Amino acid sequence: MTMMSGAQMLVRTLEDLGVDTLFGYPGGAVLDIYDALLASKKIKHILGRHEQGVAHAADGYARATGKVGVCLVTSGPGSTNTVTSIATAYMDSIPMVVITGQVGTPLIGSDAFQEVDTVGITRPIVKHSYLCQNALDIPKYIRQAFYLAATGRPGPVVVDVPKDCVRPSQKFEYPEMTDKVRMRSYNPTRLGHRGQVKRAAKLIAEANHPVLLIGGGAQLSGASVEIKNIVERFNLPVTETLMGLGVFPENDRHFLGMLGMHGTYEANQTMDKSDLVLAVGCRFDDRVTNNLNKFCPAAKIVHIDIDPASISKTVNADIPIVGDAKTVLEQFIEVFDEAGYKENVEALKAWWGQINKWRESNCLKYEKNKDLIEPQEIIEAVYEATQGKAIVATDVGQHQMFTALYYRFDEPRHFLTSGGLGTMGYGFPAALGAKIGCPDKEVVLFTGDGSFQMNIQELSTALEFNIPIKIFILDNCTLGMVRQWQKMFYNGNISSTNLNFNPDFVAVAKAYGHEAFRVEKRSELMDTVKKALSMKDRLVIVDIACNTDAKVLPMQQMGGSMSDMFLNEE
Amino acid sequence: MRQIISILLENESGALSRVVGLFSQRGYNIENITAAPTEDNTISRITILTKGDGTIVERITKQLHKLVNVIKVSSHEENSVDIVGREILFVKVKAIGHTQREEIKTLCDIFGAKIVDITQDQYILQFVESSLEVDRFLKAVGEQAEVVETVRSGVCGIFRGEHSLHT
Repeated sequence: MTMMSGAQMLVRTLEDLGVDTLFGYPGGAVLDIYDALLASKKIKHILGRHEQGVAHAADGYARATGKVGVCLVTSGPGSTNTVTSIATAYMDSIPMVVITGQVGTPLIGSDAFQEVDTVGITRPIVKHSYLCQNALDIPKYIRQAFYLAATGRPGPVVVDVPKDCVRPSQKFEYPEMTDKVRMRSYNPTRLGHRGQVKRAAKLIAEANHPVLLIGGGAQLSGASVEIKNIVERFNLPVTETLMGLGVFPENDRHFLGMLGMHGTYEANQTMDKSDLVLAVGCRFDDRVTNNLNKFCPAAKIVHIDIDPASISKTVNADIPIVGDAKTVLEQFIEVFDEAGYKENVEALKAWWGQINKWRESNCLKYEKNKDLIEPQEIIEAVYEATQGKAIVATDVGQHQMFTALYYRFDEPRHFLTSGGLGTMGYGFPAALGAKIGCPDKEVVLFTGDGSFQMNIQELSTALEFNIPIKIFILDNCTLGMVRQWQKMFYNGNISSTNLNFNPDFVAVAKAYGHEAFRVEKRSELMDTVKKALSMKDRLVIVDIACNTDAKVLPMQQMGGSMSDMFLNEE
Repeated sequence: MRQIISILLENESGALSRVVGLFSQRGYNIENITAAPTEDNTISRITILTKGDGTIVERITKQLHKLVNVIKVSSHEENSVDIVGREILFVKVKAIGHTQREEIKTLCDIFGAKIVDITQDQYILQFVESSLEVDRFLKAVGEQAEVVETVRSGVCGIFRGEHSLHT
């Protein structure tokens, strides 16, 4: 029988759950937890410099490793600062447990110092949340939180811990972890409906113009092997959403590129003219579908998703299949084997003939300015120098889309980006979290001069914990994506998007104790990228001046079908 | 079309607010709502009357299912024969003079309402029926007498026959 305080039980529970890394920021309400944490030999605490960064780092850690990301912050402002990060994780279905301090239970509701209703504020952006009422709730709720975060459709779970629950003077018998967590109200469906799988399998085998659409769900589920099997079996063209990039190797000949607003011409054309879309773990977001009324007019939709609420939410599914992507695709493979379904050779030959014609548009070709470096060149240079093997984080904006289009991801969990919420300031802390989770991998951040300044304080974290990531700032002295829209749709009126008062990023990096370089000439680009990457044990910033007027193209025309696109600036 | 949505959920703090929050977050409308523990004290049952066509209600029920605390969800059209739905209404009316007092009493007899409190110049009427019938009764009362105050419970619904909502 082990007697422990609530704080000790909290730490012990995390240890028992296999947590080795805890991202956090201390404060009044979590003092006792931090005190108990000192005794832990298993958990490494990473002190961030702002709670938003702390929680994004936990998110990046989760995306890169597939494990649950955990963070600990104090009450009041500590918890409200994590709200953007929680929403980011929620929109992208990232497993994360956020432990927040709270004022003592007798003070709750009294507007006490650093009191906010954390559970209330976060309710719409969490998978679930708990407010502990006593010390023994802590191990119970944290175990449930981990279970909920990681199973079904993953997502962030908040555990709010009032200060009196972790009081060191009160000891309790620690309830050892025994059985698996069971909750009668929560039983996610993993296995697909067999009849539906059979019907869908037949459709796939018989389709003349099939396309496979992969989303973030396939990433989370780890369905790469099954997807490759099915693609090769039926010679299927493959496209991926932003969140799905890397699940299927982008250098494979079946891959058409990303689809949607800034997708490739061939991916969007293929979707538009298809007669069967096999959608795996995606939710048909508005950035993917364009005008729903004109979406894939000839296609039957087979939609696999673990979340029934994502099926037929925007695009009606002809065959809905609720289940885990990997598990359901295994079922598909069984059915294909049993029924002896084979590639529809004649039809696919014609279909690929058509697709290859669309590919000839060479939609990712871009013109190089005589003097200025183009943002695309930067991504291509880093891609080449890292041999496409780095874990890549981005912030949000033009550089994010350029990364999605020009860095060709061949493996899952290598592209970390805020897809659903579109959170500027996500990339840097996420990259730090990823590097901590995957210390042997090269971790690269592409950011913009706007985004980087939204969580720049984490440079201090990186120094303290020696997290040697490489940062490439696509520095165009503007909020590039907003400017692009102003140029294209607001008569070229530039409103509040100039960032002419940026700091000297090299000087900032050096002030924080890091190495940094500035690149202004094309001739210096590759050498500097390589030099930065060669400095294995240092965080290096490469601030690269690039063309302010570069545009992310191709681009769908608003209100049009999938295939209505602007291919160039004319 | 109005729909009655019945929900079984864990009787835990915050569970009801999650359900209500979901409606406002997703832009759905709650006409009325009742909530109370069932015979099993660890489980609550909520009945919600909402407006929306089949697609909307399907979306709502899917989202409700997604809430971790929710055990079961079922929906029916308000006037479906498969569900018995009742509301309780209290209405306080001015009842002055013999004639008016008699008229109100007759009205209550016709509808099957009860007079549950009497003062010199007021009655409190109690009426238990479907929401639509309650609307009709309230209208009729308003035509007979001056309404001082009303309170309605919101609908409480249970399925007819074999179908039932239990764990």
